[in-house]
Amino acid sequence: MAEKTNRLGLTPADYKGSKTTLCAGCGHNAISERILESMYELGIPPERVAKLSGIGCSSKTPAYFMSRAHSFNAVHGRMPSVATGALMANRTLIGLGISGDGDTASIGVGQFVHLVRRNLPLVYIIEDNGVYGLTKGQFSATADAGSTSKSGVVNQLPAIDTCLLAIQLGATFVGRSFSGDKKQLSAMLKAATVHRGTAVLDVISPCVTFNDHEGSTKSYSYMKDHEEPIHELSFIPSYENIAVDYDPGSTVSVKMHDGSRLQLRKLEDGYDPRNKIEAVTRIMTSHAQQEVLTGVLYVNTELPNFYDLLAIPDEPLATLPQERTRPPRKVLDEVMDSLA
Amino acid sequence: MSQSASTVINDMSLQVATVNGSGSQSANMVLLRTLFQMGIPVSGKNLFPSNIAGLPTWYTIRASKDGWIARKKEVDLLVAMNAETAREDVLSLRPGSAVVFDEPLQLGSVRSDLAFYPVPFDKVIQPVSSDAKLKKLLKNMAYVGVVAHLLGMEMGEVEAAIAKQFRKKAKAAELNVRAAMAGFDFAKASLEKKDPFQVRRMDANRGKIIIEGNAAGALGAMFGGVTVVTWYPITPSSSLVETLIGYMRRYRMGADGKSTYAIVQAEDELAAVGMVIGAGWAGARAMTSTAGPGISLMSEFAGLAYFAEIPAVIWDVQRVGPSTGLPTRTSQGDVLSTAFLSHGDTRQILLFPGTVEECFRFGAEAFDIAERFQTPVFVMSDLDLGMNYWMSEPFSYPEKPIARGKVLSKEDLQRLGGFERYRDVDGDGITYRTLPGTDHPAASYFTRGTGHNEKAQYSERPDDWVNNLDRLERKMETARRELPAPILDGTGAEVGIIAYGSSHHALVESRDQMLREKGLKTDYLRILAYPFSPEVRAFVDRHPRVYVVEQNRDGQLAALLKLDLPAELTTRLKSVAHIPGLPLDARSLTDEIVAREGR
Ligand SMILES: Cc1ncc(C[n+]2csc(CCOP(=O)(O)OP(=O)(O)O)c2C)c(N)n1
Ligand code: SF4
Ligand SMILES: [Mg+2]
Repeated sequence: MAEKTNRLGLTPADYKGSKTTLCAGCGHNAISERILESMYELGIPPERVAKLSGIGCSSKTPAYFMSRAHSFNAVHGRMPSVATGALMANRTLIGLGISGDGDTASIGVGQFVHLVRRNLPLVYIIEDNGVYGLTKGQFSATADAGSTSKSGVVNQLPAIDTCLLAIQLGATFVGRSFSGDKKQLSAMLKAATVHRGTAVLDVISPCVTFNDHEGSTKSYSYMKDHEEPIHELSFIPSYENIAVDYDPGSTVSVKMHDGSRLQLRKLEDGYDPRNKIEAVTRIMTSHAQQEVLTGVLYVNTELPNFYDLLAIPDEPLATLPQERTRPPRKVLDEVMDSLA
Repeated sequence: MSQSASTVINDMSLQVATVNGSGSQSANMVLLRTLFQMGIPVSGKNLFPSNIAGLPTWYTIRASKDGWIARKKEVDLLVAMNAETAREDVLSLRPGSAVVFDEPLQLGSVRSDLAFYPVPFDKVIQPVSSDAKLKKLLKNMAYVGVVAHLLGMEMGEVEAAIAKQFRKKAKAAELNVRAAMAGFDFAKASLEKKDPFQVRRMDANRGKIIIEGNAAGALGAMFGGVTVVTWYPITPSSSLVETLIGYMRRYRMGADGKSTYAIVQAEDELAAVGMVIGAGWAGARAMTSTAGPGISLMSEFAGLAYFAEIPAVIWDVQRVGPSTGLPTRTSQGDVLSTAFLSHGDTRQILLFPGTVEECFRFGAEAFDIAERFQTPVFVMSDLDLGMNYWMSEPFSYPEKPIARGKVLSKEDLQRLGGFERYRDVDGDGITYRTLPGTDHPAASYFTRGTGHNEKAQYSERPDDWVNNLDRLERKMETARRELPAPILDGTGAEVGIIAYGSSHHALVESRDQMLREKGLKTDYLRILAYPFSPEVRAFVDRHPRVYVVEQNRDGQLAALLKLDLPAELTTRLKSVAHIPGLPLDARSLTDEIVAREGR
């Protein structure tokens, strides 16, 4: 039997990473698998991807998928700036940023906020377990008020909702999902990958070692009981070129930058992810109702991205030839004359 | 006016004392330019407060027929326009100095051993404009006219300097010329020359330019092919990137109307350096510019870039610390901490430009060095060099093509079959890298700040760790031999002097003083880079006593040298460290070295 291949003729093995060193059952591993799978299915050449991360169990995961992509495991909470630099230098790369809730919402919240404002094309995944896994289970800033640690300590501070923050600050693709929701996460990742702006995905990803107990709001069982998908997602890639029939009354269809379509079949009446105010209101309601609202909460494919604002050319700045980066002799002569 | 025996020609220092925000900067530039255009070697130093308006500020201009351009300790002619400091300014003058002052300040009675020139500036300026706001500005240009008359400056050159200063505003230029004339005419009619100071046309400046170090650094970066620039505003480094923005908009737009660069004002220095490191990793020539507080913030990233081996260019335009310190005063106080910036066994490459020409040259070469060694390069400028105007020969166009270092292309990989990111193939400690996006299945590697082996895989093995750190050390040894070599002046003297950066200008004058006044011969080695060249050791080896001159309290470069030299040589080093918050002057150095030499 011929081996399974994608449209580039690559096999799933071409998207593999090294063996994970995370705990068995860690949500982060499932997310790595979804990333690998969606990149394979989308037919993205691994060499075109730049994986960027901070520090944490979550930030280690770029080692565990797509070894054929360059990867940069930077310092704690500062992946956004490194990603910004790398992608400005080479805008033809597909930027994949992996972070944790501590990495993003605590030490890195400043950089996160400013990344989002710039609308840099980057898929920014927060592998959100409500704790600092790598330093052994302290609460993070996404832990819900009233949730308890493994040893029974109650978290008294309100949680930062990274999706809400991202929407307010100008992210143009914001989704929340669950590491255990294969179908939803996969479609969301694909749409985020073809989106040309900052796509923030907060993926609840249980830490089996430090935050999977009763009293946690980031455990597998809590998610089973409280996940509230706002719509059913499907992704139709541009190259499939199939005419899609859908009922506009029950489905929102978003045309992505490359012509792909993100179909959102409404499970909830009237929710339109293109409406910012509605998105914010609905997320805040979900807090009051103690549900974990998942789905693509907000999307806007119209706003200019950071490359547009910088007015940089289509090819990478990094490899522009000397003729384009060193002005000719007469320019120096002209400047010297003006200073005489 | 007769030329008495006591006339002092083209050798004087003029100080203008005003209030910050009063618009005196243009007037001071006109004075500086006039002297420059008259062919007299000149330098200007702005002593300004950390304030937008209201606090005292002093601008010092030195004219020196001998070409000395460091700050002169003594002020010969004071222009006292600031009521708040006038008395103290006058009291600090040497007998025989001259004072031009705004008449209402009534300084004439403060001392009897000075030449006083009262000028009723409000009255002088009255016929020029009746607009109160303008008058405040024009008063400054009126003192230019007064000074021009007293010193014998050519009014034609004053007019030309005003035209240059206001080149885009013809109307303002005309008004300012009238204000200067009003001052000149008043002085001619009402002031009797009582001091010895005069200027006379010379021909020492033919072909020369005047520029600040920050602008020179910006030009260097542009001609060095910079493509990514990030910054967070901080005095005294802001003007480097601000000037760069101006030049890049003008000269680095592509034919397609797109920028061949990206400049980003980051949210802080952590982000600024993070972006530079991301961009350097992806293959761009990336830089940022900052000062002490920003350098401190960059520490964690600086260690990452050293250890993960990523090129980056970071300008540190030094000001006085610790902490916020004296934000608008010059120093060389970041040398030691930056040499080891970050935790663990981190070592950084430093460059020490001492002239605006070197700011330009290093502005470009820093990228070659950073890409050659795949590590951060810190260009250690300072406020004096960066923000003050200096004369220079015009800069030369970089002749060497841009060198991108050991980067493997797709074709290289096809030929080689693969590569190991951290393997020392050439024995110089410098390994090969690939850029993200290289279209070859073996191109990728994993960049990390954690322990790694030659294949860039995570490793905690002691042998991998030691192997890697030893190689990083080897790389620095290669750098030691390849970085800009020190500049030697003089041989055979018993006394050696080491200096670097902007201290150079006071030191060359001081050496001349020591020789002329005390017959003290000295050899001088100016250091341009760290890790130190082997020539530094050889220099110390040849001199029983070596004074290390610098602008900080602790003798930071002397300390770095002591770490580098064999124990038996370290006792030869004598630290001469000054940090009064003012640019270094020759006299203070001469006094100290002469005393320590027992002369
Ligand atoms: C500057 C700095 N401070 C602290 C640490 C220690 N540290 C490592 S990972 C981590 C928290 C990671 O939490 P999170 O981002 O949620 O990742 P997780 O391990 O939960 O996936 C901390 C505090 C560090 N590496 N760097
Ligand atoms: S400690 Fe938690 S987050 Fe870290 S690998 Fe284990 S399960 Fe995952
Ligand atoms: Mg976490």
